[in-house]
Amino acid sequence: MKSDIELINSEGRRNDGRGPHDLRKIKIEAGVLHRADGSCSLEWGGNKVLAAVYGPREAVPRHVQNPLRAIVQARYNMAAFSVEDRKRPGPDRRSVEISKVISEALEKVILIEQFPRASIDVNIEVLDAEAGTRCAGLTAAGVALVDAGIPMRDIPVACAAGKIGGKVVLDLGKEEDNFGDADLPIAISPRTGEVLLLQMDGHLTVDEFNEAFDLAVKGCQTVSEIQKKAIMQKYQSAAAEVQE
Amino acid sequence: MSNEGRQVVIPGQILGETPALRPGRGTFVENKKILAERLGVLNIQDNFVHIIPLRGRYDPMVGDFVIGVVEEASTSNWMVDINAPYPALLHVHEVPWEIEFADTEKYLNTGDTILAKVLSIDESKKLQITLNDRNLFKLKGGHLIEFEPSVYRRIMGKKYSMIEIIQKYTRCRIKVGKNGRIWIDGDAEGIEKVLSAISMIEREAITFGLTDRMEEFLKKDAKDVR
Repeated sequence: MKSDIELINSEGRRNDGRGPHDLRKIKIEAGVLHRADGSCSLEWGGNKVLAAVYGPREAVPRHVQNPLRAIVQARYNMAAFSVEDRKRPGPDRRSVEISKVISEALEKVILIEQFPRASIDVNIEVLDAEAGTRCAGLTAAGVALVDAGIPMRDIPVACAAGKIGGKVVLDLGKEEDNFGDADLPIAISPRTGEVLLLQMDGHLTVDEFNEAFDLAVKGCQTVSEIQKKAIMQKYQSAAAEVQE
Repeated sequence: MSNEGRQVVIPGQILGETPALRPGRGTFVENKKILAERLGVLNIQDNFVHIIPLRGRYDPMVGDFVIGVVEEASTSNWMVDINAPYPALLHVHEVPWEIEFADTEKYLNTGDTILAKVLSIDESKKLQITLNDRNLFKLKGGHLIEFEPSVYRRIMGKKYSMIEIIQKYTRCRIKVGKNGRIWIDGDAEGIEKVLSAISMIEREAITFGLTDRMEEFLKKDAKDVR
């Protein structure tokens, strides 16, 4: 897209002061909701996301059950107040798609064979949106699943890379997403590097794609460390408190 | 529980290699490496790597004593909620009473609480429970509270030491189900005390010397002890 806005200056500084390979600030807290089996609140730059996990529990209606494994039902939802002009509440084409790709990404890491006929429900609520909400949502869902004590192969993590002003950068912000050239959100299993989700908006050459992909993987690894720290903080501190 | 230092592990964490160690509960093997599959506390016993879960649903096993709530009475069986991912079936043959056809509601109805035992689990995780054993019965009156199923062993304590202490100082009748449910019968003050004791165990589940601290805590305002 052609526009007069300069998203990245000649020295490689972006409008919010970040370098091309810098992430926005991320804050993760596990176990914030008492009624859910597992939960997580996550802030990623201007994004605020809440994830809640329920189950495994019997899947209803009966016909959605799989007699050999559990199904994962993620529901991504944006609050009406999460964007500038009020968003019409309820599922739309975009959120149905995101729910589907997140469900499929999570199914790849959860040991679903252990719970035949069951359903694991993941609710992702976007309270405040500023580009990259699907990555934020999936990252929060990963922590919430651990908090719910669900058996998994790995903790899934997501991060985006993109292209602005002709340069490949990590973790697009709002203006960069709206006026940039391309956006490439990916989710990986950080231990094995397997890709769980990969989408792309815009145009990239093969070389640019490879560069952006590698950059996003690196970003995922960084976010993964923050995830693990958040979980450890919640559960290690309980042990330390009374032990001294 | 082992006496090793309590290390908290998270899914995907490498715990060891297979020839030297062997995978136990809560672990899986990939490329000869033993990995954690869930959040929990590491426990290595006789070369077996186990994970004692910190969070999570009750995972039913045959022979477990559970506290169930009747959800539905049919002509020849009841469906009982035992806090597992699946409802459990209680057949009329598995109760100690003679029941005429379609007379199930007279004995157990929706909302009734029972102390039962897991009878069988099949490959698609269909559960059956039974009341046909001594010390299995319908629980009348009392209060039902839920706790994190993973701390069951701490609530019971070594050789039931913890639960005996709680019973001694609160003068309540207590039944603990492995499925994360406790049934208490007693006076209001006693029940209040049991509740605070349970939440203390939940909070401090992965620490040492909990039984001694519990005794101190309960002793503080105990008036008359049997």
